[in-house]
Amino acid sequence: MATELIRAVINGILGGGVYALMAVGLTLIFGVLDIINIAQGVMVVLGAYLSYALSVHLHIDLFVGLLITIPAMFLIGVTVQWAFIRPLRGSERTSMSLLASYAVAIVIEGFLYLAFGPNFVTLNASYVTQSVHLLGFYLPDIEIYGFAMAVALVAALYAILYRTRFGQSVRATMQDRTAAILVGIDVNRVSALTYGIGVAVTAAGGMIFGASGGGFNPNSGYDLISRLLALIILAGLGSIGGALVASVFMLTVESIVDIWQPTWSVAVFYAALVIVLMVKPTGLFGRQAVRAQ
Amino acid sequence: MNAPAPGLPGSGLPASRLPASRRSAAAAIRAGTGARIGLVAVALIASALFPLVFTNQLVLSMAFFTLIYIAAAVAWNLFSGYCGYISLGHAVFFGSGAYAAGIAARDLQITGTAEFALLPLAGAVAALIAIPFGLIALRVRRHTFVVITIAIFFIFQLMAFDLKTTGGTAGLYAPFLVWGPVVFNQRFYYMALLLAAATVLIGWLVRRSRFGLQLRAIRDDEDRAASLGVRAMPVKLTAFVISATLTGLAGGLWFFFVGQVVPDSGFNPIFDLTVALMAFLGGLATVAGPLLGALIIEPAQQDLTSQFSNGYLSQILLGALFLAVVLFLPRGLIPTVGGQIQVWLARREPHLPAAGSGSNEPAADQQAQASGAVAEGTSL
Repeated sequence: MATELIRAVINGILGGGVYALMAVGLTLIFGVLDIINIAQGVMVVLGAYLSYALSVHLHIDLFVGLLITIPAMFLIGVTVQWAFIRPLRGSERTSMSLLASYAVAIVIEGFLYLAFGPNFVTLNASYVTQSVHLLGFYLPDIEIYGFAMAVALVAALYAILYRTRFGQSVRATMQDRTAAILVGIDVNRVSALTYGIGVAVTAAGGMIFGASGGGFNPNSGYDLISRLLALIILAGLGSIGGALVASVFMLTVESIVDIWQPTWSVAVFYAALVIVLMVKPTGLFGRQAVRAQ
Repeated sequence: MNAPAPGLPGSGLPASRLPASRRSAAAAIRAGTGARIGLVAVALIASALFPLVFTNQLVLSMAFFTLIYIAAAVAWNLFSGYCGYISLGHAVFFGSGAYAAGIAARDLQITGTAEFALLPLAGAVAALIAIPFGLIALRVRRHTFVVITIAIFFIFQLMAFDLKTTGGTAGLYAPFLVWGPVVFNQRFYYMALLLAAATVLIGWLVRRSRFGLQLRAIRDDEDRAASLGVRAMPVKLTAFVISATLTGLAGGLWFFFVGQVVPDSGFNPIFDLTVALMAFLGGLATVAGPLLGALIIEPAQQDLTSQFSNGYLSQILLGALFLAVVLFLPRGLIPTVGGQIQVWLARREPHLPAAGSGSNEPAADQQAQASGAVAEGTSL
């Protein structure tokens, strides 16, 4: 019993690191652009398929492939923002941006179906099947590497946000868009780059997601986005630290519940979300009043 | 919202007490109302005669699905369009209606045409689900509301998959109807027509009522509406429940027609998106907009699906169409086209008899009135 519990906690922390990476991208995009990027889930899957294509057809190692897929996803993100998010204006912008990103998700999903078909695939590499024996537990190598990379990338994001001039503009834009314009920040550029960065991290997240889970297909994006949305709302929209804490915490809770109730462990996510919002509509760490119109 | 121009129907001012210029504007509006009534009558007669003219069974079943989507899109718009809370969880009500009918038919061992007695149950179950759903979700706004509706949607889809009573991935079967294929499609067509017409009627009644005005006030500025005495929560919840009931009825009828419901078809995320797209394409918060949107999208989608053996291409096209609407028709067809027509009319007749002086100001006044008329004229 106790070993099962410890194992569940370790799994939750390892998985939580990867989710944190994807959730930070999503909450960053929300903070700067004031939109919820529904396409984030399918973009993770797209990132996974890019790694898949590189490793199957060109025999490029999954981690080396990231050097290609991360810039590729960044470009896709900037393009999507430029073409579909930037032109949205007016009072209906909130709902329109949701629908636009949902539509982007549908289109990408359709293309993935055309290219790869509906069958589940997994990413393969030597370290996907190997595992290390640590303190009496067998831990798959990929999850450890993935966790390490996720931590490194989140740390890099933090460094960019809090140690660079660009990061300062991003935070300024998150706090007050109008004031940011007034002090001379090019918010259009900041928006495009932020969207690009938020999408680029899905390349890394998608690779680990595709290698460590039980396989994925183009439809996997829905399950993923609903979890990610639950996480960032739970954390409080726009709170980066909150997204980290919520990801690790919820994934741990999920894998503990999974010991007794495998079918219902997913529901824990949504149930927790509903309960937290009934008590605190701003989310756990939300400074921004989400109730304000 | 623009303030309604005086002399418009429902403004309470008799046209005879208005200045001459406004009287002519009022006459134009009245002529518009007459044209609108004529249009509704023609549409009703045409849709009643439709199955007698088009006897192709494929066409009839397409027409049935279109009518179901009209009901669903108008019902969605009645809540989300009018009060501005975009719900991406209406499939919860559609699926619950279908599942409620299916579970009741199985457990009560209902066979044959007696199944239609279960339709009110489908609506009632959807309404009962909508009350706690609304009480939770309507506490938050904007993005958070949308995400909550998505989260609740996934909880329901998960329940349909994993509960014992829903039949898991195999789903549920509707009672078998011993109707020939022609009779089958015709009868279902007329039932769907009745539902769609009733939904549009309810949507219209709500739109022109005090309740509808309160909903739109909430959409424009909820806090200000509340400070003016609109009891926001009960108003929103009522609209949510009405919308859910109608969606549940559509789900029940759809289930009887299709004959089977599985978790992915009853609780389908594409359904949520499709009804929203229909409303956005036609014009959010208009009465006829979602109807028009459904009339365009559903037949097109059915046609695409039957032409391409895999549904992926039609999925891509649906998404692309959605993006095109969001980018190029953000206000929707009816407000955009209506606005264009009004502008065109105003340009063609720049010298309507003006009240008072012959200065250029009344012309500007006419323009303003015309645009006011646009706003009101788009309400149908």
